[in-house]
Amino acid sequence: MTEQQDDDPFAALRADDGDAAEPAPSRKAARRAQAESVQSDAAPAENVQAENVQAGTAESADLRRPRRKKRSIGSRVVGVFGELLITAGVLVLLFLGWQFSLNGIMLNNQQASDANNLAAGWATSAPPETPVPTPVATEPGAPAPADFQYGEPPVMGAIENTESFAVIYVPRFGADFKKTIAEGVDPRAVLNNGGAGHYSNSQMPGEVGNFAIAAHRDGWGSPFLKINELQLGDKVYIETQDGWYTYTYRSTEYVTPFGVGVIDPVPQVPDATPVDRLITLTSCNPLYIASERIIAYGVLTDWTPRSVGAPAEIAAIVGA
Amino acid sequence: MYAALWRILPGPIWVRILIVVVLLAAVLFALATWVFPWIDDITTPVQEVTVGQ
Repeated sequence: MTEQQDDDPFAALRADDGDAAEPAPSRKAARRAQAESVQSDAAPAENVQAENVQAGTAESADLRRPRRKKRSIGSRVVGVFGELLITAGVLVLLFLGWQFSLNGIMLNNQQASDANNLAAGWATSAPPETPVPTPVATEPGAPAPADFQYGEPPVMGAIENTESFAVIYVPRFGADFKKTIAEGVDPRAVLNNGGAGHYSNSQMPGEVGNFAIAAHRDGWGSPFLKINELQLGDKVYIETQDGWYTYTYRSTEYVTPFGVGVIDPVPQVPDATPVDRLITLTSCNPLYIASERIIAYGVLTDWTPRSVGAPAEIAAIVGA
Repeated sequence: MYAALWRILPGPIWVRILIVVVLLAAVLFALATWVFPWIDDITTPVQEVTVGQ
């Protein structure tokens, strides 16, 4: 028995636990046994039997005590080491659970409220500098109508690093999908907050060229989890203080992590002069491995001034 | 280790269980609030979803 205990750290652990729980009840049992033995004359046969059993337990507990003292230092060290290993294992599992579940839930709640606050702030504080724009003419004989019904989309100026300046809505990612877009793509300062980050060396929303953003796909709220599910014609709405930019998804590309060409004004054509107003979403691929990057491209197809109101597809969730 | 911890807890068994539950809750809260975010921060890959040199 002693040998077995020494060999098996868990046996030592069990013996330890047993002892820890034992003393109180065994003392009680011993006391009860003593008390009962005084009146045992009057006690029926059944009680006597029970009392014997209890006395027996107390006895065996007393016998176990000296055995524990025999446990070598080595067995104790192994026992504590085993407990530490078990604790470490539990901590790792807890961390993974936190990282992929609890943290994501908290970040998503935070994102939803941040996005709402941003939009609400714009709705109340945006100065109506420009008069309500009227849809640009489609009268016959007029000069060729602009590409957009409300004219040239405004382009906002440079944003301070890590500041949130836009909200992205992608109905394909979820009916209530809305995340903030902050300046910069630093993982700790921006992306780990569960929103998207804007490549500072790329253009701004609505600008001719490329509005390039990045976001996590696995963990930290997984904002771009479904980036591979975009389908031709899907809309990507970018809301800023000025209104809503409607981009339409066009294509997907997979590149290496060094494929910086995807955020060029004309993606993958470094020296070309941009004509289109593009959006580029970048995230990791494959899921949980991230040895490549998945790139989704879209092109600006519409823009809606704030005074006109949110596009119908997202009207229900804007600032709500 | 844990057996020794259990032994130094005062009171009858239900008090001990209560103390253990409270301690566990406090430990979990501290982990989720400070320890895990810190580990997350220092283990974040420099570049995972972005393109760059």
